[in-house]
Amino acid sequence: MKWKRIPQQLQRLIILAAIFAVLFLIVRSFLIPVDFGKYGHYRASAVEEIIAQGMHYAGQEACYDCHEDVFETKRGGFHQNVSCEVCHGPAFTHAETTDTAELEAPTGRGYCPVCHEYLPSRPTGFPQIVSASHNPMKPCITCHEPHDPEPPQAPAECTACHAEIARTKSLSHHVYVPCMRCHETPEEHKINPRKVLPGKPKTREFCGGCHAQDAPADKGIPRIDMASHNVRYVCWQCHYPHLPEAR
Amino acid sequence: MKYKVKESSKKLPDRRTFIQTLGSSCVLLLVPKFLFARENKKGAAWTYSNGYAPSEHYYGMGIDISKCIGCGRCANACKLENDVPREPFFFRTWVERYRIFEDGEVAIDSPNGAADGFKPGSAPEKNLVRNFFVPKICNQCDKPPCVQVCPVGATFKTPDGVVLVDSQYCIGCRYCIQACPYGARYLHPEKRVADKCTFCYHRIVKEKLPACVEVCPTQARIFGELEKKASPLVRFMRMNKISVLKPSLNTEPKVYYANFDMEVR
Repeated sequence: MKWKRIPQQLQRLIILAAIFAVLFLIVRSFLIPVDFGKYGHYRASAVEEIIAQGMHYAGQEACYDCHEDVFETKRGGFHQNVSCEVCHGPAFTHAETTDTAELEAPTGRGYCPVCHEYLPSRPTGFPQIVSASHNPMKPCITCHEPHDPEPPQAPAECTACHAEIARTKSLSHHVYVPCMRCHETPEEHKINPRKVLPGKPKTREFCGGCHAQDAPADKGIPRIDMASHNVRYVCWQCHYPHLPEAR
Repeated sequence: MKYKVKESSKKLPDRRTFIQTLGSSCVLLLVPKFLFARENKKGAAWTYSNGYAPSEHYYGMGIDISKCIGCGRCANACKLENDVPREPFFFRTWVERYRIFEDGEVAIDSPNGAADGFKPGSAPEKNLVRNFFVPKICNQCDKPPCVQVCPVGATFKTPDGVVLVDSQYCIGCRYCIQACPYGARYLHPEKRVADKCTFCYHRIVKEKLPACVEVCPTQARIFGELEKKASPLVRFMRMNKISVLKPSLNTEPKVYYANFDMEVR
């Protein structure tokens, strides 16, 4: 199409549009950073700014260089995977400049319960205490070496770790049945709770010892016919033994 | 009756012209690709100043819910490492406590994001059926909705799969905070820009673990490479049944949960 054939008013509009387009491109080239869009719809140099952020945590490997003796104590213990900085705090400056920044470790009773206070939501078997009744005046480190903790005395009762189950059982008809009557528990379980596990009754006849028709037990105990009552299951597959009232 | 055949004003092109025009227009379609050729967008040749090549890595995180003891050391370490404001409601990572009662009620709480741990409190009236802790963090989605909505290109995914925020470029419009289905972003109260978990990007490019993984006392968090055979994360995903948060949203999260409960949202 010839330029002269375009109506005059359109010619002016086209010139104006072209000027705006050029102006836009000039302004845009000033506003948008050079590396924007180099690898995607973002400023590539932002990554360099982000990785320039200073560190606070040095990482366990940095501690190993100087404190090999502590690692020897920790090795094989329950705290072997607990990083030093969990208790001693961020150590990056300490690792870089050893003399100036001394690290501290919590020595009172306040810190250990962050992990070891009894909470029903904690996984069963994780060692927990109720700090209000667990030697309330003694700092934890008087009895427990934090780098290789082992209970100086094994917990006397199952409730020390299984308080949730104990509370449920205390409301049930099985309240006077001691844990150990059903759970064969090696003494080692109290020291090494997750490696050595207690047992469970393996047969129907175990519960039948009290609940069978001919069992030599108290009259008030509910009886079932062992030969016809859901023979294919072990009792605890249907009845929760810590609260057997559930129907 | 006679029909008047209306002659078309323009003659249709013959077959030869048609094929010629078709061919040349197909070639013309390729012109912009050569005119506006850019560097490799995937960043295959990209190396950071410390010699780290992002395209050789692809990161994810595994979280074993049955191992979490709710001590909150991760939330605390994250705040220290990344200078996240200490006051509540600003978290890059936090821990939620789920308590599912006998009557089906679900109680979820996270006092101060668990940065000070959980307090025992009084025993609940109802019996607990299941109860556990769930650590939460930015899921570093493979298809991140926050990146999609950013109007200025201030948030982006690096070639190693980490979603970052360019704090110099962010205008603080909060679109990304709205778009994140996991609530993993917040507006930094001093910088007035969006902020989120970076998988401790300044650490992982120097081959260190993210601070939350470093301090986790029970190894409930596992950080590693997703696309390498010898990686603790790949082993974790092989050994456990894996779930992700909100899979129906197709964000393809890269934070993988083991021993995941139905009630976790």
